[in-house]
Amino acid sequence: MSLLAYPHPRAAGAIDVVVIGAGHAGLSASSLLSRQGVAHVVLERGEVANSWRHERWDSLRLLTPNWQTRLPGRVYQGDDPDGFMAIPELVQTLTTYAADMKVPVQTHTTVSSVRPSGTGYEVVTNRGIWRAKAVIIASGACNKPVVPTVASELPEEIRQLTPFDYTHAADVDEGGVLVVGASATGLQLAHELLAHGKPVTLAAGEHVRMPRRYRGRDIFHWLSQCGIHDERYDQIEDLSRGRRLPSPQLVGSHALPMLDLNEIQRCGGRVTGRLMGVRENTLQFSGSLQNVCQLADLKMQRLLKLIDETADAQHAPPAESFAPTTVDASPALTLDLDRHHIKTVVWATGFRPDYRWVDVPVLDRKGHLRHDGGVVDAPGLYVLGLPLMRRRKSSFIFGIEDDARDITRHLSNYLEQVKRRESDGFYRYG
Amino acid sequence: MTNITVETENGVNVAALLGAREALTEAPEAASFVWRAACEWKNGTHTESCVEGFFGLGEEQRHVREFRYDTDHPEIFASEDKGSTPVEMILVGLAGCLTAGIASVASNRAIRLNSVTATLEAGMDIQGILGIDGDVRNGFNGVTVSYQIDADATEEEIAALVAQSQKRSAVFDIITNPTNVNVQVNQ
Repeated sequence: MSLLAYPHPRAAGAIDVVVIGAGHAGLSASSLLSRQGVAHVVLERGEVANSWRHERWDSLRLLTPNWQTRLPGRVYQGDDPDGFMAIPELVQTLTTYAADMKVPVQTHTTVSSVRPSGTGYEVVTNRGIWRAKAVIIASGACNKPVVPTVASELPEEIRQLTPFDYTHAADVDEGGVLVVGASATGLQLAHELLAHGKPVTLAAGEHVRMPRRYRGRDIFHWLSQCGIHDERYDQIEDLSRGRRLPSPQLVGSHALPMLDLNEIQRCGGRVTGRLMGVRENTLQFSGSLQNVCQLADLKMQRLLKLIDETADAQHAPPAESFAPTTVDASPALTLDLDRHHIKTVVWATGFRPDYRWVDVPVLDRKGHLRHDGGVVDAPGLYVLGLPLMRRRKSSFIFGIEDDARDITRHLSNYLEQVKRRESDGFYRYG
Repeated sequence: MTNITVETENGVNVAALLGAREALTEAPEAASFVWRAACEWKNGTHTESCVEGFFGLGEEQRHVREFRYDTDHPEIFASEDKGSTPVEMILVGLAGCLTAGIASVASNRAIRLNSVTATLEAGMDIQGILGIDGDVRNGFNGVTVSYQIDADATEEEIAALVAQSQKRSAVFDIITNPTNVNVQVNQ
């Protein structure tokens, strides 16, 4: 078997490594594996960057500025470093990267099972079975929108949309819209719907508030400069909480200083507490809105204070102050769907990975992979591209490089061990 | 002089709380608790309730002793005022829960508390319970909790304690969010 990466892999067979998914994580892993001379194939259910092509709304832009959108061996070279990439441009970037790095990707290959076999794994696909010594799961962190159980209690005539269904405000029927969730997704969709004249109610639970720019630079500049993006998973006090943290209320645009609950209300949106229940035609909201807003404000102030230390040292322009989140002192606790003409509910309540095809006992009771910084709890099995996987920046495209480097290095050592054992005769394939 | 190692800050055993959190993450079934109260009607609007046993960590548990509470209504309701009103008990529960949370969070953050006091107020339009106006709810139309906290911490740190305590408070959740209540009559 050639140790060089080959752009046209066979349909199936035996190989050292199978990478599942040709998004930014899988492509990055592949380019590093090629550099290390590890024979591998990248299996992709659709095309390169499939989720970005088919599972995102039209107006979405990356939250990270272009100068930061980098992959192993590739930095941004366009003429708008401070801009934010729209999705077609990102798809193009990833497609070009795959071609330039000669990623051995086999498209339209859906993995239906990964199961232990001998000392390695069998990867069952619609185009045959691969046998691999190691597998990297790079199938994404956002395979399925999370919809709370309360969704099943909504009256039938209410149209329910997830971010996978929503493409543009014009898709939404006449009438009011309830957007559930106050992360980047919820705020972006609520803002867009308001701009298209829809009456919007936004139900907000815990959220992360952040200005787009601070002291003359993009917030991501500071998050990197003051070391937050490089904080390692094994140095974080409450890792599972860190990994559950909703995405910050940001939008890839300089049009607004801050997309927050104040801005939603300024645009005419109504903000309520978290959606807790439905009784016939009445929505019930939590009375904790004041508290979640205060928590978010306090956390933002702590973050900005931390940034100030770095910004002062760099003689950045003086600190701006941001008004606290102002919500109604007694926000509505119930809302009658009919009386408020609410016809659509948009669930911006997060995403989760889909591991139904992982037939290796490595899932915890919540269905998440048990892993230590991407090294899954089964020899030769790895994951890439999960939030806060090895570092805070793991959630972002620019964060994949360091993670992929660590993981492919671990994997190479593992392959060497396996091969040494095989040649020593410790293992025999039955 | 003997140096005494103080293992508890503010009288809260943080190590035990963190240990419990870790243990219950590993054994989630032990985290299922059932809280109980029993009550007996005395006379008029006077009721005596008691708590003693509860279930948790996989087995029956007991308080160190039985606690008894009288609830009644004040004389302006033509009652005998043998105890606090039940709605005041709700405020007592909220105050106890939030303040315990403040002490726990402060201890975890190594903040020494010198004094913590709070006053609680809940507005209510009794046209609801009297059935005068169907549009008026029976319960509180809002609750205000005002803390006065003296601690070795900044204003922001104290605000963060109080905010975090609400986030982790059972009674705050019970009051702010709907709960299914199933009242049965056993023959």
